Amino acid sequence: MRRGLKQALAALAALGVLGPAAWAAFTPVTFDAREALFEIPKGTWARRMAGDPVEILPSEIHLVLEVRDVLLLRNLDDVPQVFGPTILMPGQSFSLPFEQASSYQFACTAHASGQMTVVVDEHPNTPWARLRWRVVRLWKTVRWSS
Amino acid sequence: MRALLLVVALLATPFALAAEGALKAGVFSPPRQAPAFSLSGSNGAPLTLADHRGKVVLLGFGFTSCTEVCPITLGTLARVHRLLGAQAADVQVVYVTVDPERDDAAQLKRYLGAFNASFLGGTGSAEALAAVRKDYGIMATKVAGPDGAYDHSSFVYLIDRDGRLRALMPYGREAEDYVHDVRILLAGR
Repeated sequence: MRRGLKQALAALAALGVLGPAAWAAFTPVTFDAREALFEIPKGTWARRMAGDPVEILPSEIHLVLEVRDVLLLRNLDDVPQVFGPTILMPGQSFSLPFEQASSYQFACTAHASGQMTVVVDEHPNTPWARLRWRVVRLWKTVRWSS
Repeated sequence: MRALLLVVALLATPFALAAEGALKAGVFSPPRQAPAFSLSGSNGAPLTLADHRGKVVLLGFGFTSCTEVCPITLGTLARVHRLLGAQAADVQVVYVTVDPERDDAAQLKRYLGAFNASFLGGTGSAEALAAVRKDYGIMATKVAGPDGAYDHSSFVYLIDRDGRLRALMPYGREAEDYVHDVRILLAGR
């Protein structure tokens, strides 16, 4: 009886690991849009003037070729804003497509480091590549949030 | 059958045109008028954007002592000029210095001429250049040290024949990407 219970628990544990791994390996990497959108909301300038250090763009942005490979920046505020690598007028947007996997550095005064990095990954289109991509993303997310 | 092929071709045309018309550079929407400036040109004459209305202007910022970014960007732009062939007559490269202490008109002419004799440099007072950089969202910070180098924005703006700031080409893109986009802008799209 006890041996049977052990085997059942081992099978459950194996399923608990293999199930998510199988999902991560065989489910295609998709996004709702090719564009990774970042917006400066209305009132951002006023908030900054009031001493609120509003952070909109992360210092590192991750994109994936073919499925999420366009950086889209939009200024919804009432004043021009330096956003990412450039300056955007009120109501203006900036759309930058990427065609090669690489790490791109942009000068960006909005960040304390003075730099913004866009990391563009190859589209993970094999089971192993999907699994690896998801594990790396999960690891980075956990690391940043801790 | 022929009618079916015609219908398919007609339906596909807008998609083909859309793909062809998509710039490889980062695109501003809606495009705004490129900020005007008046600087000293490397040819000894005043340099304004308005002088080049009707041409596509490739506008970059840098300094002649730059050993990393500027030679690569200008080398790429020289290649763009060659690849464009006769169309290059409708394109003007303008390179504005971020280092007014060392880059006077003569120095800019010498430096840019090594890449292409038609390239124009722009210089002026520190205040005038800072105002241009502010209008274009250009960052330039002097690096501490004996070299007097600058960290600076390394992209190139694409300005269309009507003087509108249409796009921004990030540093490191191939000359073929520029040629692709310049031809779209020259065609008035």
